[in-house]
Amino acid sequence: MPNEDNLFVKIRNYIFLVIGLLAIGIAIGVELMINPPESPPFDLLPILLRGLAVTIELTLLGAALALVVAIVAGVARASGNIIVRTIVGFYVEVFRGTSILVQLFWIFFVLPLPPFNLSLTPLQAGVLALGLNVGAYGAEVVRGAIGAIPRGQIEASIALNMPPGMMMRRVIIPQAMVRILPPFGNLLIELLKATSLVSLITLSDVTFQGLALRQSVGRTTEVFLLILVIYFLLAYPLTLGVRWLERQRQWAT
Amino acid sequence: MQANSSDPIVRFENVTKAFGELTVLRNLDFDVAPAEKVTIVGPSGSGKTTILRVLMTLEKPDDGVIWVDGEPLWHQKSGSKLVPASEKHLRKVRGNIGMVFQHFNLFPHMTALRNVTEAPIHVLKMPKGDAEQRAVELLNHVGLGDKLGHYPSQLSGGQKQRVAIARALAMRPKVMLFDEVTSALDPELVGEVLNVIRELAEEGEMAMLLVTHEMGFAREVSDRVVFFDKGRVVEQGPPEQIFGNPQNERTKSFFNAVLRH
Amino acid sequence: MSEQFFDWEYAIGFMPTLLEGLWVTIQVTVVAFILAAILGLLMALGRRSDNPWIAQPIGAIVEFIRSTPLLVQLFIFFYVLPRYGLRMPAFIVGTIALGLHYGTYTSEIYRAGIDAIDRGQWEAARALNFSPVRTWVGIVLPQAIPPMIPALGNYLVAMFKESAQLSAITVVELTLTARTIGTQSFRFLEPFTMAGVLYFLISYPSSLVVQRLEKRYAGK
Ligand SMILES: Nc1ncnc2c1ncn2[C@@H]1O[C@H](COP(=O)(O)OP(=O)(O)OP(=O)(O)O)[C@@H](O)[C@H]1O
Ligand SMILES: [Mg+2]
Repeated sequence: MPNEDNLFVKIRNYIFLVIGLLAIGIAIGVELMINPPESPPFDLLPILLRGLAVTIELTLLGAALALVVAIVAGVARASGNIIVRTIVGFYVEVFRGTSILVQLFWIFFVLPLPPFNLSLTPLQAGVLALGLNVGAYGAEVVRGAIGAIPRGQIEASIALNMPPGMMMRRVIIPQAMVRILPPFGNLLIELLKATSLVSLITLSDVTFQGLALRQSVGRTTEVFLLILVIYFLLAYPLTLGVRWLERQRQWAT
Repeated sequence: MQANSSDPIVRFENVTKAFGELTVLRNLDFDVAPAEKVTIVGPSGSGKTTILRVLMTLEKPDDGVIWVDGEPLWHQKSGSKLVPASEKHLRKVRGNIGMVFQHFNLFPHMTALRNVTEAPIHVLKMPKGDAEQRAVELLNHVGLGDKLGHYPSQLSGGQKQRVAIARALAMRPKVMLFDEVTSALDPELVGEVLNVIRELAEEGEMAMLLVTHEMGFAREVSDRVVFFDKGRVVEQGPPEQIFGNPQNERTKSFFNAVLRH
Repeated sequence: MSEQFFDWEYAIGFMPTLLEGLWVTIQVTVVAFILAAILGLLMALGRRSDNPWIAQPIGAIVEFIRSTPLLVQLFIFFYVLPRYGLRMPAFIVGTIALGLHYGTYTSEIYRAGIDAIDRGQWEAARALNFSPVRTWVGIVLPQAIPPMIPALGNYLVAMFKESAQLSAITVVELTLTARTIGTQSFRFLEPFTMAGVLYFLISYPSSLVVQRLEKRYAGK
């Protein structure tokens, strides 16, 4: 029975995808009928796709930074000494407690001025803000997953004479991974969506290209609907991936 | 210092351990000879588990010295004085001890085989091939030669506990601790685990310290039975004497209650 | 360094303006949250409908909104809707977009909360011959909603922080106020830092409250 259930869920998920795309298609069609353009909407695509490259680059770099930060900060917060825990805790709470847009602006507008004099390119600023922000959320995920490891696993590792680092690497982190992966998938989706904010610091991602097109060509409806479709096509497969992961509970006892 | 064969493999010297207000071990003195099989019995909450956990370095004693194979466990020698042990010293001495837990504590993300090879390869730095060969031998020995690739979730409780025994044996400890290793098992699975331990006891060289409520089994495998209550050894001796003719009133009433039950 | 690291006089000087921005942020957050709480419930109920012609499209819309950035949705509300005659102040448009976006998140909470209601409750309601409305209003929701409060609270805090994005469509809330102050004086350190402090001073204690609620409901 559970197999049928999964199949049903799968089909339903794809139906959402199909219906979603259909809805957008219809909307674009309606727009074309109301405001017949000089050329079809897809002449906009090459420019938007140039933005897509930036969006993807930013997502990958931001996710890489976030991953490293999340693991280092999460492990430190779960097992470090009190000084390390306090410092890392401060970082995590500050980045979770304030708006990512303010963090991005702070990094982009404040750092280049004295006393910091640290000039960052928009891409560097974007990667830094996204990585540190999402990394702080990820650190909490890691910490929670480590805290959920049964005490007996740690005791067994001590009884087998494993040093703390080995215990972390070989016993705790692999088990925590199962709990970590689905929330990390969700964070990746949030990160992808948050990349659009870099358009506000002049980095030419999809959203920025859209804003520029709106000013140069007009055709606002087409432009923004195309952008939505692009983001949807990036994010929705990730959503499906997360759901798939959530169903995999390999050796959960 | 090389330990003489008549020296104890484990010696508790005036060991005290308290949890907050509750003193669980009171100035405990207690020895285990090499290859000796000792069973600890006593009422619930008397501190039996705590003895094993302090010896396994899972709990730190508040006072006293524990010696393992002639070396202090929680201390190291600095001139003629004993100072708190470094992590390095602790690991070295801990290597003599192995433990089997009530709730198995197998690593759920590793197959039975990898559960057994993991520590020999990475802690003892054994070559992988040798470690695997030995693990297969051990798993065969506990009757699980056909379950090498199974994950713990695919094994019964009795099978898990036998893997856990193989895992502890793979580290070649000189002293093995068993804390109520059958009490989390369904009754029909208890026998298979006790059989494995019985064989280990007969094979001999390793000292064994068991906490169990299986009195018949204790009588069979032990060289010595220790009746323990309120953090102290109340009475000890060969199983025939302790079970058959206990001297102390507390021991008598404990066995009366247990046997009537 | 000739200048002070952090110019307190300057910071104190613009504080009243910044607090006005904070007040706008709070208003936007509260209204948008109420909207999200209501829309989320409607979406959750719609997705549960037995009629696939209701459930499927609503599901598709929810998935679509969730999978695309709030910022782009804000731009659509701000730039696209007026072309079809829907002209509204940026404050209103931004609040609606924020509420709609987070409605798709709260709908997931409702969905999980409703799913957690014991089957026996539905069966009892049927056995007592309650109407569907009575079943929902009288039996299911009163049991389902209290445990959802912490999760909803988390989104309230998230919306408070994410409302900063409304600055992109000219809503003069906290972030835009800070940015304007910075642009006027070419000192961004103080306004953005103080804006961050204000966000933190509200969202951190709030999330502690949410954590306590979580523990309370988990303890049951
Ligand atoms: N980590 C701890 N913190 C506080 N109290 C503890 C802790 N571990 C054990 N105790 C207490 O110490 C006492 C002795 O515990 P211990 O587990 O050694 O008893 P035991 O003889 O093994 O009992 P049982 O037969 O029930 O397993 C008990 O009262 C127990 O509640
Ligand atoms: Mg015990």
